[in-house]
Amino acid sequence: MAQLPSRQEALTLDTFVRGLWKENPVFVMLLGMCPVLAVTNSAVNAIAMGLATTFVLLGSGALVSLLRNWIPKQVRIASYIVIIATFVTMVDYGIQAISLDLYAALGAFIQLIVVNCIILGRAEAYASKQRLMPTLVNALGMGMGFTLALLSLGAVREVLGNGTLFGVQLFSESFQPWVVMILPPGGFFVLGGWLLLFNWLRARSERKVLERAGVRANAG
Amino acid sequence: MLRTLGGIATISGLLVVLVYQVTRPIIAENQRVRTERAVFQVVPGAVAKRDFVLTDQGLQLAGGGAQGETVYAAYDDAGQLKGVAFPGAAQGYADVIQFLFGYDPACQCVVGIRVLKSTETPGLGDKIEKDPAFLANFQSLDARLSADGSGLANPIETVKHGTKTDSWQIDAISGATISSNATGRALNQAAQRLVPAVHRSLDLLQSPPQS
Repeated sequence: MAQLPSRQEALTLDTFVRGLWKENPVFVMLLGMCPVLAVTNSAVNAIAMGLATTFVLLGSGALVSLLRNWIPKQVRIASYIVIIATFVTMVDYGIQAISLDLYAALGAFIQLIVVNCIILGRAEAYASKQRLMPTLVNALGMGMGFTLALLSLGAVREVLGNGTLFGVQLFSESFQPWVVMILPPGGFFVLGGWLLLFNWLRARSERKVLERAGVRANAG
Repeated sequence: MLRTLGGIATISGLLVVLVYQVTRPIIAENQRVRTERAVFQVVPGAVAKRDFVLTDQGLQLAGGGAQGETVYAAYDDAGQLKGVAFPGAAQGYADVIQFLFGYDPACQCVVGIRVLKSTETPGLGDKIEKDPAFLANFQSLDARLSADGSGLANPIETVKHGTKTDSWQIDAISGATISSNATGRALNQAAQRLVPAVHRSLDLLQSPPQS
C-alpha cells in the first residue's frame, strides 16, 4: 500500500493562527468564493455558513487524518469526497433540526459545501499528512478564518443594504437602505473592498520589514 | 483498496443514519409548527386545525390513505369553523412562489395570505410579503361561488396599481408587477379549484374536531 510522504509538523500556535491571517482561505487564498458571495447578505447567514463549514472541516479532517495510513493514494480523492459528503449531510440534517427558516435562507449552499475547495484542499494538503491534533487545530483555525471573512462581508452588507445588524435596527426610519448591497453585485463590491484593505495592510507590513532590514544593513 | 473504500462507506453510512434518526422527529415537529403557525396567521381567530385532503370525491379527512392536495380547516375556541387554509403556487420573477391563503366560507371571501417560499428580489418582489397596502387587499377579497357552483363568480385578478374598482381585484405593487401578478394567478387557480369543493363538503368541515 502506497504511503504518502509524511513530514510531521509540530503543534504550535502558528498551526492555528495561520488560517486566520497568513493563509486566510478567503482573503489570501481566494478559495470558496461561491458561498462567500452568495450567503453573506446578512450577518446571521454568514455566521451559520461559517460554522457549518468549520464543522465539516473538523469532522472530515479528523477522519482523513485517522485513516491516512489506510487510504491508498490512487483512490484518495474519492475517499475524501465520501467522507466530506457524510459530514455535509450531517450538517444538513442538523440545520433543519435547529431552524427551518435558517435552512431556507442558506438554501442549496449547505449541500454545496461538499465541493468547497477549502475542505478538499485541507484534506489533501494537510490532514492526509499530519497527526490528529495538529489537523484539528489547523482545521479550527481555517474554519474560524473562513467564518471571520464571511462575517466581515455579511456585517458590512447587512448594515449598508438593510440598515440592520443581526436583525437589530441601527438607524432611524429615515435611513434609505442601499439595496444593491444585499443583491449579488454588493457581494463583489464588498469583497473587493476587503481584498483591497488586506493587500494594502500586507504590502505595508512587508515594506516595514524591508525598511528595517535596510536600516540595519546601513548601520552595519 | 476495496477494503478501505468499503470501510469508509460503512462508517459514512452509519454516521448519516445515526444523525438522520436523531434529527427526524425534531425536523417533523419543526415543519408541523411552521405549517400550524402559517394556518393560524391566514385565518384570524383560529386556535385549532384539522387536515383534509382534496380528492375526486370532495374533501376527506387526512390520514385515511387519501392522496391529494392538503387543505387545513381552522376552528376557534368553541369548535366553530373559522375558515379554510389552502396552498397555491405560481411562477414569479425568480422562481415558483408558494403561498398559503385563508378562506372564510361564511363571508365567501379570502381573509389572509402568507408566502411560504419565495426567492423574489429583496426590496422589490419580496414586497408581496410585507407591503401593508398590498396585504390589505386580502383582508376580505371577494371570492363568491358562481351560481352553478363550479367556480368563482368573478375570477380574481391583479390590476395595475391604483386602478382597483371591484372587490375581487388585487391592487398590484408598483415596481413589483410580476410578483403581484403571480400572487393573483396563484390565488385564482387555487380558489377556482378549492372554493367549490369547500362548499360541497361544508358539513364535514363544520363537524367539530374531536379532541
